[in-house]
Amino acid sequence: MENIIALISKPDNVPILAILFLIPYFIWLSFKQARQTDRMGVPSDAELNDKVYVWPYLCRNEFVCAIIVMLVLGVWSIMIDAPLEEMSDPAKTPNPSKAPWYFLALQEMLVYFDPWIAGVVLPGLIIAGLIAIPYIDINPKGKGYYTLKERPFAIAVFCFGFIILWIVLMIVGTFLRGPGWNIFMPWEKWDPHLIVPLTNINLSYLFGIRNDVTASFFGFVVVSGYFALGPIVYIIFRKTSQFIQQLGLVRYVIVSFLFLSMMALPIKMFLRLALNIKYVWVTPWFNI
Amino acid sequence: MNEERKGLKEKITESDIWKSIFRHGYEDTGRRYTLQILQNVWLHLHPPRISRHALNFRFTWCMGGITFLMFLVTAVTGVLLMFYYRPVAEYAFRDIQSLEFDIPFGMLLRNMHRWAAHGMVISVMLHMFRVFLTGSYKKPREFNWAVGVILLLITFFLSFTGYLLPWDQLAYWAVTVGTNMARATPVLGHEGPFTPTDIVTQSNDVRFALLGGTIVGESTLLRFYILHCIAVPLAASALMALHFWRVRKDGGISGPL
Repeated sequence: MENIIALISKPDNVPILAILFLIPYFIWLSFKQARQTDRMGVPSDAELNDKVYVWPYLCRNEFVCAIIVMLVLGVWSIMIDAPLEEMSDPAKTPNPSKAPWYFLALQEMLVYFDPWIAGVVLPGLIIAGLIAIPYIDINPKGKGYYTLKERPFAIAVFCFGFIILWIVLMIVGTFLRGPGWNIFMPWEKWDPHLIVPLTNINLSYLFGIRNDVTASFFGFVVVSGYFALGPIVYIIFRKTSQFIQQLGLVRYVIVSFLFLSMMALPIKMFLRLALNIKYVWVTPWFNI
Repeated sequence: MNEERKGLKEKITESDIWKSIFRHGYEDTGRRYTLQILQNVWLHLHPPRISRHALNFRFTWCMGGITFLMFLVTAVTGVLLMFYYRPVAEYAFRDIQSLEFDIPFGMLLRNMHRWAAHGMVISVMLHMFRVFLTGSYKKPREFNWAVGVILLLITFFLSFTGYLLPWDQLAYWAVTVGTNMARATPVLGHEGPFTPTDIVTQSNDVRFALLGGTIVGESTLLRFYILHCIAVPLAASALMALHFWRVRKDGGISGPL
């Protein structure tokens, strides 16, 4: 228990503590407004054409907001000192070595994927996917107001990615990851000598495949089969689903690829945590 | 009583002394309010009028504005910190120590810089969350969302490059862990898949370009210092100008149209 108190009172973890309150608050605030719009309907034109002068109305808001934020920042800066540990020493590696808090979700992915996927490919896909959002989301509704009913898929996917795969993993990385990057519950003591037996096996091994070449081929089938889910769904539903027809082939390919890539992380996490799966696909050049 | 007061007010505002100080009265007209925005270099990025819902805190959460405010705070405190800091491995850590112990308000300056930077990372993430939930990236604002994503990355990179500068254990190892990812870049990193290892080695791969060495060292400190103080803030400023300009050109803050 002293351990979690020490972690919480670490100055650099104050932002994470703030996030613990801010994120639920803003989720609540936005969902409340979304429910309101969904029930009462979108505001009418007359309400929207109601214009006000920026000076003084907006400038006053900006001014008050700036004062409040500066007050909070001032109090924060007076009360809590920025951390300074001893001088850097390349010969003395701390255990655990953690990246800055906003990269801890990426560091957390390293547990489940090799560095080239967790550190390069997935972050690249996150960036590309974020930029692609306006071009693949062709739903014209829900522009400029909170709603759940008019764009359930978009909101569900984004909230899952942002809240679970980014914020929650960041919090896990900060508070629950200890020496050796092992999970320690808040009430457990960080034991640097804790030995966790490595019983991870590859997926092919679980299916009784012992031959390397066969295992490699098996992995190829599983991974390409997973990404083939997109085209398969397309072929089955393209006649009946309005959603797919409106999206068009190119956008559909991008959406399904990005979606499957994102879901690969929770799937791999489940495989690792529940079945001790190390790799799904092993080759001499790379492992997935 | 009221009449008397009015008389007194007029007496004061029409006196020669008052008129010598204030050249004219303050007209309560729309023209006056419009000019107040148009004629002020700091305010003219605003439109003269906006729709009423844009004032609503529950709609905007003020997060974009707070992000910009945090950027300004870090810029001002950062310039002041530069007077006391030398980006050399020999001095860097000791300069931070002297900021803490010798320089008047040095600790406060450093605290404000660090917490404003962390605040900026939080507010920029919440800003993105709000913009997504209100569907504000939809036509015609698609490109401005893309600019925003780049600005989000720049915010992370600004914070990350600054993380190394105190040159303590926390800084050194956080940056070591962070930059170790670059080793595994496919083709371009010396431990990545598909890398021609006879050509790409640890002293010419992409991580070497970032660090200026095979481990985090003296040249990394200088590189990160220049990136942190000059290169990245310049890029951020240029993109912020574009971002704010596009907010206006794309029809102001989003609303249900």
